[in-house]
Amino acid sequence: MKPPKFRYHAPSSQAEALDLLNAYGDEAVVLSGGQSLIPMLNLRLARPAEVIDLGSVGGMDLIVTEPDAVSVGARVTHRQMEADPDIARHLPMARDAAGFIGFRAIRNRGTVGGSVAHADPSAEWPVVLLALDGSVDLRSKSGARCLGGDDFFQTVFTTGRQADELVVSVRFASRFADNWGFSEFQRRTGDFAVVVAAVACAAGSGGIGEARVALAGVADRPVRCPEAEEALIATEDPQAVAEVARDAFDPVGDSHGSTAHRKQLVYAQVLRAAGEALARRDKGRPDG
Amino acid sequence: MVEIAVEVNGRAETAEVDGRMLLSDFLRGVLGLTGTHVGCEHGYCGSCTVLVDGASARSCLMLAAQANGSSVRTVEGLADGEELSSIQQAFKDCHGLQCGFCTPGLLMTVTEIAAEVASTPSRHQIREQLAGNLCRCTGYHQIVDAVEQALDQAAGGGR
Ligand SMILES: Cc1cc2nc3c(=O)[nH]c(=O)nc-3n(C[C@H](O)[C@H](O)[C@H](O)COP(=O)(O)OP(=O)(O)OC[C@H]3O[C@@H](n4cnc5c(N)ncnc54)[C@H](O)[C@@H]3O)c2cc1C
Ligand code: FES
Ligand code: FES
Repeated sequence: MKPPKFRYHAPSSQAEALDLLNAYGDEAVVLSGGQSLIPMLNLRLARPAEVIDLGSVGGMDLIVTEPDAVSVGARVTHRQMEADPDIARHLPMARDAAGFIGFRAIRNRGTVGGSVAHADPSAEWPVVLLALDGSVDLRSKSGARCLGGDDFFQTVFTTGRQADELVVSVRFASRFADNWGFSEFQRRTGDFAVVVAAVACAAGSGGIGEARVALAGVADRPVRCPEAEEALIATEDPQAVAEVARDAFDPVGDSHGSTAHRKQLVYAQVLRAAGEALARRDKGRPDG
Repeated sequence: MVEIAVEVNGRAETAEVDGRMLLSDFLRGVLGLTGTHVGCEHGYCGSCTVLVDGASARSCLMLAAQANGSSVRTVEGLADGEELSSIQQAFKDCHGLQCGFCTPGLLMTVTEIAAEVASTPSRHQIREQLAGNLCRCTGYHQIVDAVEQALDQAAGGGR
């Protein structure tokens, strides 16, 4: 239950961190909040030769409001997401989702960038990223690129990030601030969710113009459910949407829930999240 | 080896540590502050909780090297000489401990909460807030009693 031997690096700038990643590639892991990496080191599930701690790299913990989105630095903690007024205003779903992550001591140190890079299929940030049309900004010594959620999340603990790339920030669209719902089922407070549903919509001419229904806990990565999105636009009926979502997946059963139980949880979480999204939309209407 | 300078319970400490040394092992093994307990070493039990720059953290999920430049507070830093902090006193008054294994982590968690509360939370809210601190002995009732008493004082302006 102690970490294996490794060399510890504490670069003081992003450029220095990128140089180290470029030099060591697969041999190195990045240490952000450590709330997933250090358990893996303690359990010897990870045995990196080099550990690159981002703790002294400045400028990666900023929340920047842009015209259509909010850019969240990779080192922004779950706790910052819970407490920041700009997040509450522009990304209220993210504020609520943050409160479901682990315990307060975990939220104080764990980071948004670390969570998306880790890509646990039942984690909150990846599914929120899909629901809020998010993207991940990556940088390496040789350049920068941006990947949407569908390209970034590939399978369990596996992303489109190359070994020499750093996640520098995560961007979430802010156009869903008034029309969203988030619901998850966890067995005990602080546990990873069994199923998460995140629903976001935006008004179009005469009704819902855009709907996004994202789920965690039904596949090896967070996924959107296009059938449920169509049903939301067509019916505006949470129950119809929840039934479609339930029937769209056959999640693999495990010790946290059988296939049938997970399907029932999908129904319950989507029902609640879609219901909340529509209720917020109706409350926001001048005649509502 | 990594050179670190950390303030622990108000005292400046410097040391040369292995990069892989956990903060919990640094506190216990190097500084002899064995009040910080180690249960699970993967973040779930909460017995190793300390405050790092005022914020609760699992010392089993931090490298000692990551604490470089920070101020760490452990259970040894709560009492003022023989005088218990109001939270420690509440645990004593309400019998909020039996074997005491979980107690240091609980005290540090509650110390952080007390610094933030504006009004006394409900018993249900207290249980939610303490979900990350497991106790194998008490059944939690007296812990909740103690925390209710302590937070009531904190919300009313006590320490
Ligand atoms: C008890 C407990 C309960 C938890 N419960 C939940 C929960 O309910 N929901 C949830 O979502 N999470 C939960 N977590 C995990 C927590 O959210 C972690 O904070 C998160 O998964 C990883 O973020 P981190 O900053 O701690 O990253 P680290 O642990 O530092 O890193 C995780 C991985 O990402 C890589 N990485 C980190 N940052 C970068 C970067 N900038 N660029 C490239 N690679 C990077 C690392 O190399 C490592 O492989 C829990 C953890 C614990 C210990
Ligand atoms: S020993 Fe750190 S949380 Fe259990
Ligand atoms: S008093 Fe024994 S574990 Fe809590």
